[in-house]
Amino acid sequence: MDAVILSRLQFGMTAFFHFLFPPLSIGLATIIAVIELLYWRTGKKVYDEMARFWFRLFAITFAVGVASGITMEFQFGTNWSQYSRFVGDIFGAPLAAEGVFAFFLESTFMGLLLFGRDRISKAMRFTASLFVALGSTLSAFWIIVANSWQQTPTGFKIEGGRAILTDFFGAVFNPSTVPRYLHTVTGAYITGAFFVIGISAYFLLKNGNVRIAKPSLKIALIFAFVAVLAQIVVGDLHARQVAVTQPAKLAAFEGMWETKTGAELNLIGIPDPNKEETRLSVGIPGMLSWLIYGDTTAEIKGLKQFSPDERPPVVATYWSYRIMLIMAGWLTLLALLGMYLLVKGKVYTNKLFLTSALYSMLIPLLTNEFGWFAAEIGRQPWIVQGLMKTSAAVSPVVPPIQILFSLIIFFVIYSGLAVAVVHLFRREVRRTLTENAVNEAMDTAGKVAVPTGISS
Amino acid sequence: MDLNMIWFLLVGVLIVGYAVLDGFDLGVGSLYYLLGKTEEEKRILINSVGPFWDGNEVWLLTGGGALFAAFPLVYASVFSGFYMAMMLVLLGLILRAVGIEFRNKFEAAEWRRRWDFLFFLGSFLPALLFGVAVGNVARGLPLDSSYNYTGGFLDLLNPYSLLLGLLGLSAFLMQGLTYILMKTEGVLQERAQNLFSKTWLAFVVLHILGAFYTYQVAPELFENYMRMPLLLLIPLVTFTGVVLARRAVSQDMYGLGFAGSSLAVAGMILTLALGMFPNLVPAADPGLSLTIYNAASSQLTLKAMLIIALTGVPIVLFYTIYVYRVFRGKVKLEQGGY
Repeated sequence: MDAVILSRLQFGMTAFFHFLFPPLSIGLATIIAVIELLYWRTGKKVYDEMARFWFRLFAITFAVGVASGITMEFQFGTNWSQYSRFVGDIFGAPLAAEGVFAFFLESTFMGLLLFGRDRISKAMRFTASLFVALGSTLSAFWIIVANSWQQTPTGFKIEGGRAILTDFFGAVFNPSTVPRYLHTVTGAYITGAFFVIGISAYFLLKNGNVRIAKPSLKIALIFAFVAVLAQIVVGDLHARQVAVTQPAKLAAFEGMWETKTGAELNLIGIPDPNKEETRLSVGIPGMLSWLIYGDTTAEIKGLKQFSPDERPPVVATYWSYRIMLIMAGWLTLLALLGMYLLVKGKVYTNKLFLTSALYSMLIPLLTNEFGWFAAEIGRQPWIVQGLMKTSAAVSPVVPPIQILFSLIIFFVIYSGLAVAVVHLFRREVRRTLTENAVNEAMDTAGKVAVPTGISS
Repeated sequence: MDLNMIWFLLVGVLIVGYAVLDGFDLGVGSLYYLLGKTEEEKRILINSVGPFWDGNEVWLLTGGGALFAAFPLVYASVFSGFYMAMMLVLLGLILRAVGIEFRNKFEAAEWRRRWDFLFFLGSFLPALLFGVAVGNVARGLPLDSSYNYTGGFLDLLNPYSLLLGLLGLSAFLMQGLTYILMKTEGVLQERAQNLFSKTWLAFVVLHILGAFYTYQVAPELFENYMRMPLLLLIPLVTFTGVVLARRAVSQDMYGLGFAGSSLAVAGMILTLALGMFPNLVPAADPGLSLTIYNAASSQLTLKAMLIIALTGVPIVLFYTIYVYRVFRGKVKLEQGGY
């Protein structure tokens, strides 16, 4: 039982669980803010119903996101005290800023919307939902700042065995902050959009609550369409940044062992770290060099350029990256298809698209996670690239048995929460499906919908 | 007054802010079963803290973040040293959060019972453990030359720290009760009245016992006061708060009662903080104590953080007050609420 392995496992597991929720929150919050804007400006009741429904789902993800997020802030201190001492001068500030600028904003206005929706004006409802969306997006910024500094540290000097800040903006806007932030947030918009698309598709397939399903689908599809296209640009930007600032990571992404000019863009293969080669490799010649440097003869570093103890785990990194790309590709196709059908006026009835959308609903969650695997495993063995190895970063005084204990507790609690969340989502969706189906049927029969007393 | 001193105060402000605000949330949660007997009463209790608990909890997150940023060696030593205790607090906070949010999603009694218990447990655990943690820090920790904690988990459950744990718990209970007195009426308010006098007494007695025990266990904590008697104004704040709370509540002036309780909580924390100054984590070997100087970040970081705090916090206070005002008055169960 090794403290390093156990702490890494725990951090990986808690980060994985946590990161199911913030992207969904960010994407969904933004869509809800748009709906609230539409309600405020047009006064149409359907937008009110849409806002309330999507907000009820949002509240579930937000709560678990918050709960699992506290774990992350605590864990730097509990399990990684050597790391905290080493980087605290630089790493702590973004976390504090996240609290001051983002957490307060989203939590305070969330409370207002959860309990005081009917006490405030339409304009205030929009403002509050905007601040929740803004808060969560800002929160992503600061945590990405912190994580990016681990990837591409700048604006510091080493003094007394610690990293000391020399340039605040240099550290905050290190080479990877902006590409990674844009990439993550765009991924969040995709996540929120496909969630709405999936559930709206479910309603349309079951022919229930069509009144809110159609406009929801339309808004989410537009979001998804713009986001997947933006993600192509942003993803490319990010990959180029990785190639320049984290060449070992890129080499692992590509399964590239030999340094090459005119490097091929790898499509598929089987990396073999023992033999230091990638078998059955299929790629597009010169494409990687061109994508990164705009020059098919440019040199890209291979893994062999780095000593074996400074290479990331290649198999895990390679496949995480590839799975992310495959899933992203699928989502892009789906969004393009959906947009095409929307323009042709056929999207609400196209069973193929709706079924595909329904079953693809949670794929963005996995896409985000595999992206993070690629990013974080690809950075190993460093916890701060080039400065501190992960193995040197753990808390020296925590007995491994205690880490095992907390690991098991988190696993049990988080599993329980996951089950509860799915349970709650399903109930909320089914309830809204039938509730308004009754009202709609009565509407079309020419009768006035009787208030059922069910709170909406 | 240098940057390090300023940050000592700012971290103190964040801790006091947290104790006063999430203090009432945790207090209400800890007293959940004693105050709420019927389903409707439980719903009122949940609704009283519902809009605020998340924002209140952020004071802890920001405090933790600020501690990490300003005094990273303290953050590292305390969080890793108190590993199991931190995990228990964390567990409590997670359970409290989902307890409140998930409770009313289903009408089934069994579902609600389960989340009720998690809401209670998630409130009670942190309410007790925070004081225990503070007690351990105050009496001095065994630290090695790298500032790592060299004790065990059970060492944290010593009589002094347990006493301070009970003191902290009584403070949160008192805070929660004065809040409930403000926000409810009828049977709930009566129950809160009854519990208040007992809790208030517990707080006073435990505080006095704590002071005596502290003099026995860590007399160095009184040195700052002996050197600068003007500082005694701070414990006087605690005293004022305690008296105000008692008298205001007995005259049904519940807003003032809450104010008094808040002053008492603030005074209690600041009294200890000023006793410890400039130590943040006194060590068994005084030469190894973590102070506001040897545990601190660079001046540049402290300055940057100060700018962040001075820009951000006033804005936070502004909209926080706005949201509290939207919910002013007694708790009303609404269709759209929980």
